[in-house]
Amino acid sequence: MPQSNLTWFRNGVRDGMPIALGYLAVSFTLGIAAKNIGLTPFQAMLASLTNNASAGEFAGFTLIAAGASYWELAVMTLITNARYLLMSCSLSQKLDPETPLVHRMLIGYDVTDEIFGISIAVPDKLNPCYNYGAMAVALPGWALGTLLGAVMGNVLPVRVVSALSVGLYGMFIAIIIPPSRQNRVIGVLVALSMAASWLVSSISLLNVISPGMRIILLTVLIAGAAAVLFPVKEGEKEADRAA
Amino acid sequence: MQHNPYLYILVMAGVTYLIRVLPLTLIRKEIKNVTLRSFLFYVPYVTLAVMTFPSILSATGSVWSALLALVVGIVLAWRGGSLFQVAVSACVVVFVSELFLC
Repeated sequence: MPQSNLTWFRNGVRDGMPIALGYLAVSFTLGIAAKNIGLTPFQAMLASLTNNASAGEFAGFTLIAAGASYWELAVMTLITNARYLLMSCSLSQKLDPETPLVHRMLIGYDVTDEIFGISIAVPDKLNPCYNYGAMAVALPGWALGTLLGAVMGNVLPVRVVSALSVGLYGMFIAIIIPPSRQNRVIGVLVALSMAASWLVSSISLLNVISPGMRIILLTVLIAGAAAVLFPVKEGEKEADRAA
Repeated sequence: MQHNPYLYILVMAGVTYLIRVLPLTLIRKEIKNVTLRSFLFYVPYVTLAVMTFPSILSATGSVWSALLALVVGIVLAWRGGSLFQVAVSACVVVFVSELFLC
């Protein structure tokens, strides 16, 4: 039985609601990070409303704080958000080939880890109205959380800000650890990446490398080596979707 | 900041949107190149790991509270804790441990 666009939209809102609540809390720490590097609350909210990317925004803020060039920022954004390229490729298979360009351009605005996860899980072909429903709650959740974080970061006691600042790292851990458990290669890569990152940042001779460059170089080197040494077979793609 | 923050945000938003929308609009077939696909598969894990450590150690008021949050977060995520649970638990661990440490 074909569902109406309205039903698809309602289902999107329903499935997007828990995502929006999670975003509200997590993007709060992103707002604090934005404030810490000197962005105004409006700029922090604008960044979240236009980017909808946790790690990408966080990495971007790090580079902005360092006064990086626009090109460096573009490369950094490209690398930290490269996973969305994979997700969008996968999502394009989930759409009806007849789906008009305008719908493809609109759902492309908010392909996040979580929205990708629920979109790919709907049975059969994906109706863009489902994504619009999820986006209708997830987009404001992400932007408002960032705004509140940037505004309230000033009001809250130092202890609370210190505690909330770790929230984003907690989220990163929650993204990388479950696949590390399922896939030994990812597990080793995660441990190796942390060790290499610590090594590079603690060797004083290498201090000429900025934190942003460190992330770019290590990512390209480690992920590149892993791609050559441990090419991913077809069946392992599911682990990526779960992330 | 000598650069314009709005231009910074525009660069980030533009690149991010292109990454998301180009595959949806242009590529209708899956990427066939195994090495490229594998690289893209590993990228998020490596990037997030590099960004988490050792930066997390300087994110809070004490190295030890952050280290504790890292360990608790890893254990919780390993046991199947959700994104929300792990993030909130890390915050609670830092808050409570810093009552004693700082």
